[in-house]
Amino acid sequence: MLSVDVTKQLGEFAIEASFASEGRVTGLFGASGAGKTSLVNMIAGLLRPDRGTIAIDGETLDDTSRQLHVAVHRRRIGYVFQDARLFPHLDIRKNLNYGRRMNRLAEDAALWQRVTELLDIGHLLDRRPGRLSGGERQRVALGRALLSEPRLLLLDEPLGSLDEERKEDILPYLVRLRDEAGVPMVYVSHDASEMRKLATQIAIVRRGRVTAFGGSEVLPAATEPA
Amino acid sequence: MFDISPTEWTAILLSLRVATVATLVATPLGIAVAWLLARREFWGKALLDAVIHLPLVLPPVVTGYLLLLTFGRHGAVGAWLAEHLGLVFAFRWTGAALACGIMSFPLLVRPIRLSIEAVDRRLEQAAATLGAAPWQVFLTVTLPLALSGVLAGMVLGFAKALGEFGATITFVSNIPGETQTISSAIYALIQTPDGDAAAMRLVVVSTLMATAALIASEWFARRALLRLHGN
Repeated sequence: MLSVDVTKQLGEFAIEASFASEGRVTGLFGASGAGKTSLVNMIAGLLRPDRGTIAIDGETLDDTSRQLHVAVHRRRIGYVFQDARLFPHLDIRKNLNYGRRMNRLAEDAALWQRVTELLDIGHLLDRRPGRLSGGERQRVALGRALLSEPRLLLLDEPLGSLDEERKEDILPYLVRLRDEAGVPMVYVSHDASEMRKLATQIAIVRRGRVTAFGGSEVLPAATEPA
Repeated sequence: MFDISPTEWTAILLSLRVATVATLVATPLGIAVAWLLARREFWGKALLDAVIHLPLVLPPVVTGYLLLLTFGRHGAVGAWLAEHLGLVFAFRWTGAALACGIMSFPLLVRPIRLSIEAVDRRLEQAAATLGAAPWQVFLTVTLPLALSGVLAGMVLGFAKALGEFGATITFVSNIPGETQTISSAIYALIQTPDGDAAAMRLVVVSTLMATAALIASEWFARRALLRLHGN
């Protein structure tokens, strides 16, 4: 259960968003500049709301009325960015192990096996990020986030930097992730067809507000972006 | 001509020791200051920046005299350090190291600051979302990615410390075997009749060391670029 009720002023732009989702994959759908990334950054703790609350599974992460703000690194929320943001000085194995080491988690061979197989990245372990294709990088970024054992996974346009063909390659991995990984996700996109394939509940974001919330019926009828 | 005398060796080795100690002590402080200037906004930031750069623009003799007033045996800090920690700077090689450390500090900090500024903050954010506390982000992401800049700063600071003259001779004088570095030895030799050949030898040594330091500094800077591009 993820509940968000926040306001944030960003220059001229104001975010006033409120939604609560039980979904395995909560989609945030809207045009670029609608405030989706700022919303996700607030859930991650990278951006602090001016006013409001954010809670996951009954644990409050932000509550401005109590001056409560749980720091990013204590939230256990995984984040896959549009640009994979792999650490360039570490090989893929160390990138994947980073979250486990920082959280001082015990090694989990079964989880490692499952994630590397699910994402098909086992053969990349000894390479540096600079030698990977865009699609490979994004899969490693997914694996890295999953292996930090988050309670929620944020995906901000994870296919946004890929060409059409690559998108079609990655999408099945995301579907498998939804069905097999057991981690609830927030999926941000401006692509209605991606939303239909992945999201179980969808929030429509327009000019900083959530204007509709529900199943795929809230999406615009055609596949063109909102 | 290249028959380096024991006195000259003493000056060369003392210079190396002074510059090494100055650089090793100044580096952690330099990294901290560089990080503050690159990554934090705070009251007095412009002032801190100015104070660090002051030795670059003040006449070295002024810096040396201020050091003497502060860290001399009767200076406020110097008296306290001598009494409580047994640490004496005035007319000792440690004082030469202090003077060199302060004079080379701006040159040490600058490449470190630039390389920290060049580290992609989005990578630091990604590290935080993976559970890294701010100090862990610094040690596992920022510092490794800025490492070549740190090394470049160290080399440049070391080279500057090797050649420092004005502040050192003002603060700790020119005592052979204790505070007579290459620079002050050259100065003394030039003022001595028949000192030309010895002065020339030290000039050559000093030029070679400075050139090597510049080449090393450049090499580290190149490596920094490569590292940031993930190859």
